[in-house]
Amino acid sequence: MKRLCVVVDDREVEENPYKPEMWRIVRRYPLTSDVNFFQMRAVDVDDLLKMDYRPGQFIMGSVLGEGEAPFSISSTPSRPGLMEFCIRKVGTLTESLFGLKENQTIGLRGPYGNGFPIEKMEGKDIMIIAGGLGVASLRSLLLYVLDNRDKFGNLVYLHGARTPGEMLFREEFMQLKERDDLNCLLTVDKDDTGQWTEREGVVTNLFKELGPVDAKNTYVAVCGPPVMYKYVIQQLVGLNIPKHQILMTLERRMKCGVGKCGHCAIEYLYTCMDGPVFTYWDVLHMKEIIGKGVSDNVIA
Amino acid sequence: MILKMKKEDLSAFLESAKEWGELWGPTRKGDKVAFEKVDALSQMDLKATRTIIPPKKFLYPPRFTMFDFDDGGYVERTGEVPNRILFGIHPCDTHGIQTMDKMFLEEYKDPYYAERREKTLLLGHSCIPDEKCMCSATDTEFIAEGFDLFFTDLKMFYLVWVGSSRGHDLVQMRPELFNRDIGKDDIINYTEYRSWKSSQFTSKVDFTGMPDIFELGYNSPVWDELAEKCLSCGQCTMVCPTCNCYNVVDEVELGTIDGTRDRFWDSCMFREYSVVAGGHNFRDRRADRLKLWYTHKLQAYIGEFGEPACVGCGRCVATCPVDINVVSVSKALKEQEVGK
Ligand SMILES: Cc1cc2nc3c(=O)[nH]c(=O)nc-3n(C[C@H](O)[C@H](O)[C@H](O)COP(=O)(O)OP(=O)(O)OC[C@H]3O[C@@H](n4cnc5c(N)ncnc54)[C@H](O)[C@@H]3O)c2cc1C
Ligand code: SF4
Ligand code: SF4
Repeated sequence: MKRLCVVVDDREVEENPYKPEMWRIVRRYPLTSDVNFFQMRAVDVDDLLKMDYRPGQFIMGSVLGEGEAPFSISSTPSRPGLMEFCIRKVGTLTESLFGLKENQTIGLRGPYGNGFPIEKMEGKDIMIIAGGLGVASLRSLLLYVLDNRDKFGNLVYLHGARTPGEMLFREEFMQLKERDDLNCLLTVDKDDTGQWTEREGVVTNLFKELGPVDAKNTYVAVCGPPVMYKYVIQQLVGLNIPKHQILMTLERRMKCGVGKCGHCAIEYLYTCMDGPVFTYWDVLHMKEIIGKGVSDNVIA
Repeated sequence: MILKMKKEDLSAFLESAKEWGELWGPTRKGDKVAFEKVDALSQMDLKATRTIIPPKKFLYPPRFTMFDFDDGGYVERTGEVPNRILFGIHPCDTHGIQTMDKMFLEEYKDPYYAERREKTLLLGHSCIPDEKCMCSATDTEFIAEGFDLFFTDLKMFYLVWVGSSRGHDLVQMRPELFNRDIGKDDIINYTEYRSWKSSQFTSKVDFTGMPDIFELGYNSPVWDELAEKCLSCGQCTMVCPTCNCYNVVDEVELGTIDGTRDRFWDSCMFREYSVVAGGHNFRDRRADRLKLWYTHKLQAYIGEFGEPACVGCGRCVATCPVDINVVSVSKALKEQEVGK
């Protein structure tokens, strides 16, 4: 038979984008009653190098036999070596993550998603507004800006939680209050400890303390529970922040993270590839989202 | 490159081609047509209009294992795919495969799809439209690329389009069966064939202006009326050649941590499709799921790629038990009324 010069198998050299690599849990401890902090190190150093991420990106995390799900990266690429996550227990996979001990391994692949537009944000004033688990991805941005402090203008960090006990990374953020190169304002809906030294009330109350905002020159990153968005966006629009400079993160079901499984599609956009960070201007164009009100559709 | 072949030589040609891989083609059992593995041309039904499931199932099987895992990690499962020659692929399905290629072979190339694509030769064949075919409305009734060989039946002989280097290799296995003597009559013959094919369509569907009509009708009550009929059975997505959604599950061997990560066809018509943590469902209503599907096929995809994601194969028309399909939905949106 004449040999067919078909089937050029170039697969050997190509990566399988779905293949999780093994990472070891270096530290795991509770942040709140249902959220755990995970610090991970790659078993194989090459896998660490491949994880070249930017704030706002996410990974797909697997536990053997329990499945796979997307999680935001909470650490900053400016502190390489370890990756950090904060994960809430909600179901099968997250439950099994909480059952793992330090030194056990999980599978990670990524990083995926667009992340925050760091290049555009450089030179601008930065306002970060976090609520609930939204801090998972915003902590990455906050630490990144702090580590590259001279590349950015004024920095404001607003964080709201229900109670002091539910404020993720409370100690870490309390320490930030001592720095004079950012304005860090923390608030709880209700102080049930009697020991809370910071503000009480919803996160939007903090806007009163901001002083003048150079709106045209400000990028805002918001991530929090659905109710928070509605009121925060109102305030930001009231401050005249341009809609394409208001950044928000959308959550959708994802099975692949690489634009193939279809689950996270919103019209022609894929949350995993075109997002998860969208501008408020993008969101205004997504009929499926507008139909239901912005608040139902953003990350919790 | 276009060559000519005597019709009686096709059988001998396919016999030789079988040296490269398994031969698969459309076969008929009662009123059902499906791609099956065959030994010879005589087992195929080349007059059949459409198979129930499109040939996507060869490139992207309904269920397969992606990885085997144990406590050492995940090991890719590949290398189980035979070489296959698919004969009798129609233009709509070839267009469908090109849509899948766009999905799976561009950014983050899918190794499972790529492997099957490399090990599959696509030998197209011309077809005669029935009343459900609407490829004339989606501009997919003819095909110029994406196949390895394409056979157009001109009654007395075949015109054979050579669409790839691999197709050319196949021709070279039996070069004596092909010739290049294309004369005046052949050209007239082919021209007549094209106008004859175009005249065979009876479907009146017209997709022009659909993106605007979708935009205008986004909140139309027509969606709720359609949703009342829909059974959320997902058959429409299984038979559509451009539907690519999937789900992934880990299967564990009892009492061990060894297992497999499997991938299988999913449907955006299923209720669980868009559920996220906390049980929130972005598309809890059937109307929202129908809207997602049809907006994807006839509006969003056009916005992104300049052509609809529907290739006009008519399978949703043939399959949906309650008559929801690209024809009835676009008609309902235009006329603002759900037909009976
Ligand atoms: C871009 C992105 C970033 C995220 N970042 C974080 C983070 O930093 N920390 C965190 O705790 N959570 C994060 N999530 C949510 C996290 O993926 C889900 O909590 C997780 O999938 C639940 O898995 P489970 O097996 O424990 O729950 P399951 O047992 O699967 O089910 C619990 C609930 O979660 C839903 N669900 C299942 N799969 C997914 C999925 N892939 N995406 C969303 N919901 C799903 C189920 O339908 C069900 O309602 C993020 C989600 C996205 C899309
Ligand atoms: S449109 Fe028809 S085929 Fe599709 S899910 Fe509904 S009833 Fe089933
Ligand atoms: S939408 Fe219907 S006609 Fe169009 S490609 Fe899919 S199954 Fe075929």
